[in-house]
Amino acid sequence: MIPGPFGYHRPETVADAVKLLASLGDEARPLAGGHSLIPMMKLRLATPGHLVDLHRIPNLKGIRNDGGKVTIGAMTTQHELLASDVVAKALPILMEAALLIADPQVRYRGTIGGNVANGDPGNDMPAMMMTLGASYVLEGSAGARTVAATDFYQGAYFTALDPGEILTEISIPTPATGHGYAYEKLKRKVGDYATAAAAVVLTMTGGKVATCSIGLTNLSETPLLATDAAKAVIGTSLDDGSLKAAAAAAEQIMSPAADARGPVEYRKHVGGIMVMRALKRAAQRAV
Amino acid sequence: MNDMAPTREQREAKLEGMGCKRKRVEDARFTQGKGNYVDDLKLPGMLHGDFVRSPYAHARVKSINTEAALKVPGVLAVITAETLKTVNLAWMPTLAGDVQMVLADGKVLFQNQEVAFVVATDRYAADDGINAVDVEYEALPVVIDPFHAMDADAPVLREDIAGKMTGAHGPRKHANHIFEWSVGDKDLTDVAFRKADVSIKEMLSYQRVHPCPLETCQCVASFDKVSGDLTIWGTFQAPHVIRTVVALIASLPEQKIHVISPDVGGGFGNKVGAYPGYICAAVASIVTGKPVKWVEDRIENLTSTSFARDYHMTTEIAATKEGKVTGLRVHVLADHGAFDACADPSKWPAGFFNIVTGSYDFPTAHVCVDGIYSNKAPGGVAYRCSFRVTEASYCIERGMDILAQKLGMDPAELRLKNFIRPEQFPYQSALGWEYDSGDYATAMKKMMESVQYAELRKEQAIKREAFKLGETREVMGIGVSFFTEIVGAGPSKNCDILGIAMFDSCEIRLHPTGAGIARVGTKSTGQGHETTWAQIIATEIGIPADRIMVEEGNTDTAPYGLGTYGSRSTPVAGAAIATAARKIKAKAQMIAAYRLEVHEDDLEWDIDGFRVKGLPEKTMSMKDICWAAYNSVPPGMEPGLEAVSYYDPPNMTYPFGAYICVMDIDVDTGVYKVRRFYALDDCGTRINPMIIEGQVHGGLTEAFAIAMGQEIRYDETGNVVTGSFMDFFMPTAVETPHWETDFTVTPSPHHPIGAKGVGESPNVGGVPAFSNAVNDAFAFLGSTHIQMPHDYWRNWQAAKTLGVV
Ligand SMILES: Cc1cc2nc3c(=O)[nH]c(=O)nc-3n(C[C@H](O)[C@H](O)[C@H](O)COP(=O)(O)OP(=O)(O)OC[C@H]3O[C@@H](n4cnc5c(N)ncnc54)[C@H](O)[C@@H]3O)c2cc1C
Repeated sequence: MIPGPFGYHRPETVADAVKLLASLGDEARPLAGGHSLIPMMKLRLATPGHLVDLHRIPNLKGIRNDGGKVTIGAMTTQHELLASDVVAKALPILMEAALLIADPQVRYRGTIGGNVANGDPGNDMPAMMMTLGASYVLEGSAGARTVAATDFYQGAYFTALDPGEILTEISIPTPATGHGYAYEKLKRKVGDYATAAAAVVLTMTGGKVATCSIGLTNLSETPLLATDAAKAVIGTSLDDGSLKAAAAAAEQIMSPAADARGPVEYRKHVGGIMVMRALKRAAQRAV
Repeated sequence: MNDMAPTREQREAKLEGMGCKRKRVEDARFTQGKGNYVDDLKLPGMLHGDFVRSPYAHARVKSINTEAALKVPGVLAVITAETLKTVNLAWMPTLAGDVQMVLADGKVLFQNQEVAFVVATDRYAADDGINAVDVEYEALPVVIDPFHAMDADAPVLREDIAGKMTGAHGPRKHANHIFEWSVGDKDLTDVAFRKADVSIKEMLSYQRVHPCPLETCQCVASFDKVSGDLTIWGTFQAPHVIRTVVALIASLPEQKIHVISPDVGGGFGNKVGAYPGYICAAVASIVTGKPVKWVEDRIENLTSTSFARDYHMTTEIAATKEGKVTGLRVHVLADHGAFDACADPSKWPAGFFNIVTGSYDFPTAHVCVDGIYSNKAPGGVAYRCSFRVTEASYCIERGMDILAQKLGMDPAELRLKNFIRPEQFPYQSALGWEYDSGDYATAMKKMMESVQYAELRKEQAIKREAFKLGETREVMGIGVSFFTEIVGAGPSKNCDILGIAMFDSCEIRLHPTGAGIARVGTKSTGQGHETTWAQIIATEIGIPADRIMVEEGNTDTAPYGLGTYGSRSTPVAGAAIATAARKIKAKAQMIAAYRLEVHEDDLEWDIDGFRVKGLPEKTMSMKDICWAAYNSVPPGMEPGLEAVSYYDPPNMTYPFGAYICVMDIDVDTGVYKVRRFYALDDCGTRINPMIIEGQVHGGLTEAFAIAMGQEIRYDETGNVVTGSFMDFFMPTAVETPHWETDFTVTPSPHHPIGAKGVGESPNVGGVPAFSNAVNDAFAFLGSTHIQMPHDYWRNWQAAKTLGVV
């Protein structure tokens, strides 16, 4: 539980950070809150030769509502999300999810950028971002580009981030007023990653689901957008039959690993239950 | 009498003696970060050691190349079994009469076994060194499932003893067999089963868990080349035993060995035995001439130092159709891992498992335990219990519930029907123990009234109907547990460790101004001895508890003691303290008689001093006696006021308790909610009710963790899959249920202050209460037994097997 030797750098601008990453090459990794990276370094599962600490770059922080979209700087901590009025008003589901991440100590340090860039299927924010239709701004020596969250995740710890790129901000279209939302996460204890979790954002008209999107956490190598499951409830009043159909459609795309949280069969089953519960709770909140 | 004189109540209160909820004196330093733990110790020139560990569960070690490691900056030495052989320390004896590799000698037998010890100038360099050691392994087939350890074609694990068909505890049936231990009357028991109206049989597994103290195992060894002294600071629950072990295996004279346990952050049995880290740190210090620190990390602690349980108990109970038990038969398959490193008294390879008749009047019983080797870490320690008492308690308490279910009887009623009755004490159990005292029915009935047991059962019946009608997806379980422990090892006639009788000791020395120091052979690892030992002395000799300093853990100053585990501190050392105090009191009485110019027999004790019988104004306080002891003792008497006692207990003590757990389980997810947990403990005389409550809270939290989620699990190739807190269930305050505590008091008749010990009761009694609650929840669906741990997915699986999801 002792990391190997590494160099440490603390640039003050994104440009300098990008330059450093380019010059240091494959050996270098950005360091955000360190709450995923440092545990892996202690186990020597990650052995970066250099860490480029992003904490000194002021414009990587902050949350703004530009009308139509909410922009969150990558270095915004999970605690800052919880303390933000902008998030509370426009994206209450982010609060609900952030509160289910680890404990206050982890949330004081852990950043949203690190959470979505990490590529760990256990992280809660990626599925959330897919559900909300978010996109990420990535900056490298070749300039900046925007990638949709739905296109970002390629495999466990494999993402669309090119070597040397930094994720600078997250952009989330503001959900419709009166939308319903819920994040249902089954975990064994405080500080545990999800056994299964489902995010739902929907709108209702006349007692029927008008729009819906559903994201799934820790039920595959990557976060999942359960499109068929969402389709299954559109136009329904979320009666038992359509809830079950949604759960079944979601289970179709799940391929969790068996681990101490339970065998595959269980994790898929409770994945379906989380979908149903999230749908129900979201519908209750919708106006 | 003078108006200003304090009242008797005030004098009594000032002492803060037994029965007082005195605040823990150690907490002032613990809550302010001023504790002094092993890892706080920094000595000039101190080096750091760390282990290369085996990735394989069973493999031949073909070669160990240390060349690259020795080139890592800061690395000074790499110790291997070959190095240790030069000082005859490649293997060490275990407390169970086996031997254990200190470092891999030719092969490895469990994952994370110690293979080489890298010594470096700091921890980082040591870890870099570890990664540079190149070990070539040849994987071998493994034994993981204990039920296949003795198959004809099972791989032979312990080649070092392959030809030795007699072990420390008798004949061995197979190369992977350690011992067979059999107690009770087999024939009579067989007869009882033949005649039984009703009988049950169930294999009850108590999974492998880990004591998991927050502070891991660690030490600093410092060898002084000039004087030849070896000092070891370590997280030891039994420092004197460690000193003797070192003297025996390292051929150093015992007076040159100084073992010091500073503050210890929890032990729970994990810190009783000797580990390779201690030996390697000591050897490294001797080799380098510098102090060497070794500190385990969490993964190392969970995967290599002593585990607990791993008992697989085939349990049979015979009974009449009215529900009177007539016989008990248990066969245990005990998985001890790669080496038999259980920390039991020498003559007890399965500990005191023969307490398995529990609180019930079994006319006959028979127990047989087979210990086996497997490719898992060694251990089998008494994790917050007296040797194998938790396993026994789980066995009988689950067994009684299964019997109740078969008889269609209420489990509380079945227990009441079979309790040993108060007039039967001292009670001779069918498996050889003499229970000192107990009043079981009173405790049980108090519990049932407190929780309104009958109402709970009514509510459960309604909920079960609702579940059948599809109106709820929750099932409700009520788990009753009534345990009897056997603690306070133990009488020299049957208890020893490495040949040393399991007495304990106390030295008290009073100072002229009415204060004093007490040194005790036990070692608090969080139990609050500094607080409670002073309370015993305060009541016994009338010196306020806050004037008594308590010291433990330094083998140079503390009298020889066998340490703290098995709830033995109060039953054994507590008795030594009271006995030493009484010796002081006897001398004090002679001094007082001389000073008051009366005969000793004319004096009587009164709270904090002596008074002349019939002349209550003629008194001499203990404080004044202390002064007199140093200047005006009776002619011919030695000055000073001190005493030593080494206490050999005449019997064990038998604490008991009635616990109940009420739980709701969501069958769709397996998620449970503990609605209520009530624990009534009878630990005899209560020294500090607040500390008792704290101990009960802690033990119940561990019981909750064990029953509801903990396990050290191996995959089929022998990889530990629960090696960190990510997966080894360590509940936080959020998950932990609310605890309700209660008590009755049945003093031990043979103990000087009537105390029995309490630290371990909640773990012993708690686990069956939780497990019975889960099992009771599913019983109406046709289930008889669901194995622990009852984590979410297993609860769901149980519901699924029963066809309700
Ligand atoms: C006990 C514990 C429990 C936890 N439980 C949960 C949980 O339930 N749910 C959950 O979602 N998370 C959980 N986490 C993880 C936590 O939320 C982390 O903080 C988060 O995953 C990573 O954020 P970070 O800022 O700490 O990133 P770091 O650990 O610093 O970085 C993580 C990875 O992302 C890369 N990275 C970071 N920032 C950027 C960037 N701006 N651009 C490019 N690459 C970047 C790093 O190079 C690294 O590879 C837990 C952590 C702990 C210690």
